[in-house]
Amino acid sequence: MENMLKIYNCGVNDFKNVPCLDILKFRQTIIEQVNSGLRIATLFAMPADKLVCVLADDTNGSLYLLSSKVSKSYPSLTPACPQAHLFEREIAEQFSIIPQGHPWLKPVRFPDSSLIGITDFFKVAGSEIHEVAVGPVHAGIIESGHFRFQCNGENVFHLEISLGYQHRGIEKAIRSGEQKRLIHYMETLAGDTTIGHSLAYSQVMESLSNCYVPARANIIRAIALELERLANHTGDLGALAGDVGYLPTSSFCGRIRGDFLNMTAVLCGNRFGRGLVSPGGVNYDIDNSNISDLKQRIKAAFKDVSNAVNLLWETPSVLDRFDDTGVLTQKDCIDLGVVGVPAKACGLERDARFNFASGAYQFSQIPISTWDTGDVFARAYIRWLEIQKSVNFIENELENLPDGQTLSNPSALAANKIAVSLVEGWRGEICHTAITGNNGQLLHYKIVDPSFHNWPAIAIALRNQQISDFPLCNKSFNLSYCGHDL
Amino acid sequence: MLKAFVARIKQGYRTYPFPKKKPSLPERFKGRPVISDSKCNDCKKCISICPTDAIIANGNKIELDMGRCIFCGKCEQVCQNKTIIFSREYSLAAGKREDLLLKSQEFKSAESLKADMLKIFGRSLKLRQVSAGGCNACEADTNVLSTLAYDLGRFGVQFVASPRHADGLFITGPVTTNMKLALKKTYDAVPSPKIVIAAGACAISGGIYSGHPEQTNGADNSVPVDLYIPGCPPNPYTILDGILRLLGVGS
Repeated sequence: MENMLKIYNCGVNDFKNVPCLDILKFRQTIIEQVNSGLRIATLFAMPADKLVCVLADDTNGSLYLLSSKVSKSYPSLTPACPQAHLFEREIAEQFSIIPQGHPWLKPVRFPDSSLIGITDFFKVAGSEIHEVAVGPVHAGIIESGHFRFQCNGENVFHLEISLGYQHRGIEKAIRSGEQKRLIHYMETLAGDTTIGHSLAYSQVMESLSNCYVPARANIIRAIALELERLANHTGDLGALAGDVGYLPTSSFCGRIRGDFLNMTAVLCGNRFGRGLVSPGGVNYDIDNSNISDLKQRIKAAFKDVSNAVNLLWETPSVLDRFDDTGVLTQKDCIDLGVVGVPAKACGLERDARFNFASGAYQFSQIPISTWDTGDVFARAYIRWLEIQKSVNFIENELENLPDGQTLSNPSALAANKIAVSLVEGWRGEICHTAITGNNGQLLHYKIVDPSFHNWPAIAIALRNQQISDFPLCNKSFNLSYCGHDL
Repeated sequence: MLKAFVARIKQGYRTYPFPKKKPSLPERFKGRPVISDSKCNDCKKCISICPTDAIIANGNKIELDMGRCIFCGKCEQVCQNKTIIFSREYSLAAGKREDLLLKSQEFKSAESLKADMLKIFGRSLKLRQVSAGGCNACEADTNVLSTLAYDLGRFGVQFVASPRHADGLFITGPVTTNMKLALKKTYDAVPSPKIVIAAGACAISGGIYSGHPEQTNGADNSVPVDLYIPGCPPNPYTILDGILRLLGVGS
């Protein structure tokens, strides 16, 4: 471990303390550590041709930082470490540093719009093979992305996912020093994860400015994060029911999701939690009438969602479609560095609330929900297990809300530091990394939405499935296009 | 099967009787801003704090462009004289871009389609939604309109799977350069006559991403727009209200 700097979640250190290794040593260290059970939380390039990597150890809550100087190219990590694959493509695209020997070096977000969607898609040859192209505009009210299937009859041999249509240049705008819009960028990295991303950002800023967050604010943040999880998990279970044609749960959950969103609106006026979280705490306090209102609402919504969701597990025609569909093996999950719901559905205990606890989760633990079948059923059932635990958590926290302030005033950011923050959003682990310069300005800011880790997993889960099961498999992951495209 | 029937009874009838009954929105909801020029002391703090440059000085008066506003409320917080106050009014849609520029006078809401168009679309309007960038929050709060709580279908409005089946487009997002061609192709695939709705600050002006070279500052730089629905994202009732005004329902 002498080649790496150990910190904890929301930790901060002098950037010069991050070991700067020779590129071959950097590469070898990452490969060895990933083989021994760590995983890549983020891997990025920054100006002046520097590579930075954060490795996460789920067993003891440690994060390990290492860096390297590179010139135009370096030997790719991906052949020996598949979870680096999308990160290395991103490095090549953003900074023109070429990972030599990368087996799949294609654009990630197509910054040159004239080439959008133009790449050498993998092709299976043969007279019985046909190709199906879907998107960027899809059939429902869904974000834009392109899917290319290689099929033999109904059977999918290979799926390639090509995104970038939602790319709106957020990271570049942050690097250019934009200040007024910073918190709003965070709130809209993925609009359905407003709390998750604004919390990850706030934690990084608080680490860099050594800012104390009042206990009451930490708990309101955690309640909001769990409400976000409840709304999205409920919506997903309804949508999964819809995708197998089971309309009762589909229509009930569509409404109940709104009930959870409206609880977030009780906190701050906005259903997605816009304006609630900011560096230093939260912008809105809750009074006793809000608390009793929330308690009443959550009790009623939980009663309704239990009634609606339990129908799924009692209906053979639903279970028949969920079971053994879109199986992801635990090994593939580990190799690809998958996080969040699909990882937990393969029996992996990956949950930043537990393994890398910060804020209120340091004092009120939420046990990790896992299942071991790795199929659509497991991904659906993890959501139901998490719904129950989130409701329980919110009810307890509302009972024991400490008095005091909800917002402290963060001072200026310290100079020449690096800080890392992990938050378990409803999709999985969100990772924000910030590096400050000589004047405390943001030199570099790197965002990893859980979708960035997980998109390749859908392609693997689809192999040897019927193409007609694609909507069901896709929904069981429900990944973010805009969180990936940034 | 029996359990599904019992659940149906337990869940009850939950469609809200909009527009007959006005929705009750949360206490902290930020709706249409109200400007009282007489109170303004010309300190311009609101102008400098606005993240999307939605507030414009016009002489010693201020104007607020709801098409750029993301309803963050920062202008209201810095204003000591309460010149700008966010009301809880959810009806924000306008038919013309310039009508979104709020001054101290009355707001001009969207009008219904002209008689010939209303004859075609008044009782059945099929829309094709296009996500042209953005953050997926507008999409999420549009999706809910088809749930039983809002039940868009009872007004004859439906989101359909193909532009060929559609009477118009419902656009969200700032129109990224990467989506511009796909949006144009989708628009061309909708048979004429057709209408276009731009929903959310991004689709109206580029919103929080306005000025970024990766996007094109809103839908009306690519296609003609008939209805603008402000918000970031607009509340589902704001969207529903906008569509119904276009169809002349409940007014």
